[in-house]
Amino acid sequence: MQRTVLHRRHVEAGARFGPFAGYEMPIRYEGVLAEHRAVRERAGMFDVSHMGEIRVRGPRALPLLQRLTPNDVAALEPCRAQYSALLTERGTFIDDLLVYCLDPEDYLLVVNAASRARDLELVEAAAAAEADGVRVDDRSDETALIAVQGPRAAEIVADVVGAAAAELRYYSFLRDRPAEDEARRLVSRTGYTGEDGFEIYVAAGRAEDLWAELLERGRDVGLVPAGLGARDTLRLEAGMMLCGQDIDEETTPIEAGLSWIVKWKKGEFAGRDALVRQREDGCRHRLVGFEVDGRGIARHGHRLTLRDVPGCAGPVTSGAFAPTLGRAIGIARLDCGDAGPPAPGSAATVAVRGRELDCRIVKLPFYRRPKAGA
Amino acid sequence: MIPDDRLYTAQHEWLKVEDDEAVLGITDFAQQELGDVVFVELPAPDLEFAAGAEVGAIESVKAVAEIYTPVAGAVLAVNVGLEDAPELVNEDPYGEGWLVRLRLDGADLPDDLLSAADYEAQLAAG
Repeated sequence: MQRTVLHRRHVEAGARFGPFAGYEMPIRYEGVLAEHRAVRERAGMFDVSHMGEIRVRGPRALPLLQRLTPNDVAALEPCRAQYSALLTERGTFIDDLLVYCLDPEDYLLVVNAASRARDLELVEAAAAAEADGVRVDDRSDETALIAVQGPRAAEIVADVVGAAAAELRYYSFLRDRPAEDEARRLVSRTGYTGEDGFEIYVAAGRAEDLWAELLERGRDVGLVPAGLGARDTLRLEAGMMLCGQDIDEETTPIEAGLSWIVKWKKGEFAGRDALVRQREDGCRHRLVGFEVDGRGIARHGHRLTLRDVPGCAGPVTSGAFAPTLGRAIGIARLDCGDAGPPAPGSAATVAVRGRELDCRIVKLPFYRRPKAGA
Repeated sequence: MIPDDRLYTAQHEWLKVEDDEAVLGITDFAQQELGDVVFVELPAPDLEFAAGAEVGAIESVKAVAEIYTPVAGAVLAVNVGLEDAPELVNEDPYGEGWLVRLRLDGADLPDDLLSAADYEAQLAAG
């Protein structure tokens, strides 16, 4: 089992660890509910250094990424990031990822730990076909990633990495050198919690100091370290998919409600033909959100059944108690045949330990953060 | 810190026998492992259970743990306070966070129940 460079910090903070994608990761410190609440109301800080970073550069980098991913990389200006994916020829998810444009011939792909090796293989194979036009480097082991999330994140991050961070727009980033002899770090206004927040990519050797500085600066406003447990409940409330669980090689972006990452007019890309067919023919499967009305929690693997649409059913892909909402929520992968996806409000049940829990289909996301100043 | 006025199972439950009744709960170790408890599912009154039967479940944010009774008995009462305050299982597992009160059927207690000292030794052994 691998550990991140911040492992010692987590031990000091009293973390409980668990396995995740081959890493021994902090699951919780004080408790999932307290950490979840801290992120919604103040700020929380996550070690997500297990994520993979793949650098792709060269004169042929742009056409290569255009072919590999469904979103339009050409539309990406320097210092902007976009959510995208690596798809099979069937249009299904190998991985979801972020593409950072450092400059038009230099990109950083941020990928999930579980599929990092496969992603790298895929990108390298595509690069080999470009002869000398593209260089691919796996930067994952040299790069730590700290996410600071929550309504108070901006002031904390601005104080520690510089005031310019607070001026970043959503999905923008800056790069700087903390000291003359140090590797550059990248600070982006991105996250996986549904709150305002930042992700800071820093040289592995600098991570412990940065973690301590952020924690120290954030103490006054209530910043706490938060684990993967809270990360999961936060992202689920925000309606964000977890690759390998909600979306996988049996799911397309259309089925997942992520058609917006598919840019039909940009030209050829992996999976395009299959997606075009699905767009025309419609799709049997749909990922839908649901809320449990009563007491109880539907979890991964439980089965959801629509009450009034015979035969429309499917497995729960993510299910958890939603601390902000005070009830259980989840995402299910329904097969509704020709009936099409169920409308929000449709009644459903989930079988949990021999009991039928009443549920309702709801629109994603479950939670939207209040507008600033409101 | 483990109360010595009751018995324990290897599965981190406690059983406090009072004459022909017994109160069932989970240990401090168990609640720490589970994390924040958000729902507790408890049996209906008068239901009868065999030793080793599942009588309910504890749902934390991240996991679910079934509750098994180590002894046979009929449900006399359940801790209704947990409906509004499931966090009592975390805050006071040996007291306010109790789960079920059973009427024992008069049979001998199973001999694999542990004393507080033996349970503590099991925890220490990991």
